[in-house]
Amino acid sequence: MRCRSKNKINIAHDSFIALKKQIVLMKKIFTIAMISVLISAGSCKKDSDFLNVPPKSVVTTDVVFSDPALVLSVLGDLYNRVLDFSSLDNGWTTFADFGESFPSDNGQYGFVQNRSWDYGTWGTWDYGYVRDLNLFIDNVTASTKLLAADKSRFLAEGRFLRASYYFEMVKRMGGVPLITQTLTYDNSGNVIGLQFPRSKESDIYDFVISEAEAIKGLLPSDPTEKSRATKAAALAMEARAALYAGSIAKYGATTPQVSLSGGEVGIPSSMASGYYTKALAAAKEIISGSAGSYKLYQVLPNLSDNFAAIFLDKSSVNQESIWVEDFKALAGKVHSFTTNDQPYSVSDEASDAGRLDPSLNLVQSFEKLDNTFAPIATKDGAGNPIYYADQQDPFAGRDARLAGTVMLPHFFWKTAYIDIWGGYLLSNGNIISSDDATHYASLPGSSAQVQVVGKDGPTPTGEPLRTQTGFYVRKYLDPATGSGRRGRQSDVNFIRYRYAEVLLNAAEAAFELGQTSDAALYMNQVRARAGLTHPLTAGDITFDRIVHERRAELSFEGHVLFDMKRWRIATKVWDGNPESLNDLTSNISSATKRNTQPWGLYPYKYYSPGSPNDGKWVFREVLPSPVTGVLNFRLGNYYSQINDGIISANPKIKRQPNQ
Amino acid sequence: MKIKFHHIIIFILLLSAAGCKLDNVKPPSVKLSGQLMYKGSPIGVEYNQVPFQLYQTGYKGNTPIGGTFDQDGTYSVLTFNGNYKFTIPGGQGPFQWKELPSGGRDTLNIALNGDQTVNIEVTPYYMIRNAQIAAASGKITANFSIEKVITDASAKNIQTVSLFVNKTQFVSPGDHAAEADLDGGAITDPANVSLNVTIPTFPVTQNYVYARVGIRIAGVEDMIFSPVVKVSY
Repeated sequence: MRCRSKNKINIAHDSFIALKKQIVLMKKIFTIAMISVLISAGSCKKDSDFLNVPPKSVVTTDVVFSDPALVLSVLGDLYNRVLDFSSLDNGWTTFADFGESFPSDNGQYGFVQNRSWDYGTWGTWDYGYVRDLNLFIDNVTASTKLLAADKSRFLAEGRFLRASYYFEMVKRMGGVPLITQTLTYDNSGNVIGLQFPRSKESDIYDFVISEAEAIKGLLPSDPTEKSRATKAAALAMEARAALYAGSIAKYGATTPQVSLSGGEVGIPSSMASGYYTKALAAAKEIISGSAGSYKLYQVLPNLSDNFAAIFLDKSSVNQESIWVEDFKALAGKVHSFTTNDQPYSVSDEASDAGRLDPSLNLVQSFEKLDNTFAPIATKDGAGNPIYYADQQDPFAGRDARLAGTVMLPHFFWKTAYIDIWGGYLLSNGNIISSDDATHYASLPGSSAQVQVVGKDGPTPTGEPLRTQTGFYVRKYLDPATGSGRRGRQSDVNFIRYRYAEVLLNAAEAAFELGQTSDAALYMNQVRARAGLTHPLTAGDITFDRIVHERRAELSFEGHVLFDMKRWRIATKVWDGNPESLNDLTSNISSATKRNTQPWGLYPYKYYSPGSPNDGKWVFREVLPSPVTGVLNFRLGNYYSQINDGIISANPKIKRQPNQ
Repeated sequence: MKIKFHHIIIFILLLSAAGCKLDNVKPPSVKLSGQLMYKGSPIGVEYNQVPFQLYQTGYKGNTPIGGTFDQDGTYSVLTFNGNYKFTIPGGQGPFQWKELPSGGRDTLNIALNGDQTVNIEVTPYYMIRNAQIAAASGKITANFSIEKVITDASAKNIQTVSLFVNKTQFVSPGDHAAEADLDGGAITDPANVSLNVTIPTFPVTQNYVYARVGIRIAGVEDMIFSPVVKVSY
């Protein structure tokens, strides 16, 4: 068209100017006409179609729930939102507190300085997540295009995650409203139909247990499937939940104040044995191998290294872990646990290290190889200091899990030995030290400037980011190259359920049901793996033993708070009284031993030229100077506060007791 | 433009002038205060450990004003005129608080119209009477008698009696420099109990300490205390 009109113009150019003008005018008219035709043709759609353009960035529900890959991505989001008490990607502080460790970070001294926990601490009330889980279950159920096998597995996973979250809620809040379908608001201004009262605490536990029973057959029995729900994961959840419910029923009798008349908090003691029976049955189902071949991790010859490797080995060799939160380095799913807690002297980052320091309270609780308990010896019977030739000597002959959980002084990490010592101890009792290993000082009788404190501390001034207890954490710390860098971080996975805990759950349930020889059998398997080769007899199994074994095996895995709560001994262990040195070193085997302040154990190098003890190590128990508070667990802490906003919005919700 | 001193002055004047609007909400100005009492004797508790709640009736929502009692059992709240209900949450305090037959906690009606003092009358399980705390020959010695107030079916035993000594006025189980305990079962004559503890040494020498005695009641979270006394030596 345009070509032809150009020709016309050319002709016009050759002809008269008047004609040219006319043609130019015609061309204008022609162009305008063409544009208007185009525009009107362009608008020749129906009005409704014009506005009804399918968006390309949103996938509709029926499309998603027709393709297993898309359903899996929705499910992936729901898996990512699983709530853990201790969680590698929620910061190292979720592993701190409770007297088991000292927080060596200027911003986190509150853990050891606050007098008590707020009533709201540890609470959760995420009904948005519950709704999303219910929606997922509804949508999978309604889907017609999924294969039956896919559908039943997705459905079971949705129900597993929902039961898992209700378990997490009931542990923290007691009975909560049990919502198992999606609720719809009808815009009427009336919300009474959406307000549900709290269920009984036992009802929520019953729900978790019955859901696990219902879905276990629909989930795969595959020990290599770690990050998605399996039959073993459902059974492990059931065993733990039933055990918790059983102990709340049994030991709740010792704290009658911690209950509500409607059963929203507290479980009648008559229900205890029923729950213990269910816990034992579920645990036995895993132990018998009917959910896949799970077993204790026994690969490395060094038992401490072997214990540490449970948490590092992500290969199929690891048949101990049952359900994990998985991570992947250089792919966006990483955590900074190693960055935050790596030894200061071997740190990949100049100012990121050493935050989580296990306390002497925990270290000394690991028993000796003859099954007896003793503090770490620092003085002989006459009260004189003991001189050790090697820094690791005082810890020798103990449960291998000690060195697997905690980095002891002079531990080899990645590329070097860590350097933990508090200074030189002179024969007159004075200590020569400094606030940093690079700040030298001279020793008596010499003018030479020498290093007078370990590169990893502990310093007399309490320098943060290096140890202030004399120990670093080892569990979950990643030895891979670069794992401590902020740029790469670590991809060690977090184990939510593992076989050793299943064995301990079985042991506890069997013990509470009077089957002490079975309890000994289960417990001895876990202990033998840790090098405790003298088996316990049925008569040795006591409540104190059960409590101790869980602490030795499961510390820094998010269990301590819930264990202390369900046994109702939290108010005794964290009783609000300062912990003296005598408190610390006595009654180590007692379950109700005070644990209100984290102590440290500082090694000092003895300096006395000519003496046979010169250059040997002397250890001293030290309460780190920032520890000014005392842990005080109040009766109102047994169940976290339901905040006033929730109660105002739903008057049917009852307040927690003792708050 | 060069910033000169008068520019800064003008800027500050402008800024302060901009803040010279009237606030449209009055600050709370009515003071409600009082003390925990049992028949005219104050009840001492641990600082910041025994909470109370104040609900305003006719006010939307169900959110109480919260607070805690001081060491000597006093409390104070700055609020507005109105009708309030005062209560102490369940399981708190070394005393009994009336429970309603319906299962809730009893409330105390307070019609606030100007500053007001309302003492909270409660029934403690025990009272510490005639506490005499004195220093002699390097020790702090406390002599006192224990009166069992609640003797019916809800009575509770004494777990321990303790003497706490501290360098500051805050004297409590969680904050003390020296402590002497006596088991409840070891008390032979409740009318005449004696505890003593060596005077602790402080980094900065002082010739006085603060002390008080407390009773821990079995199954009750909070201790009941005698008044804090300053003991010079």
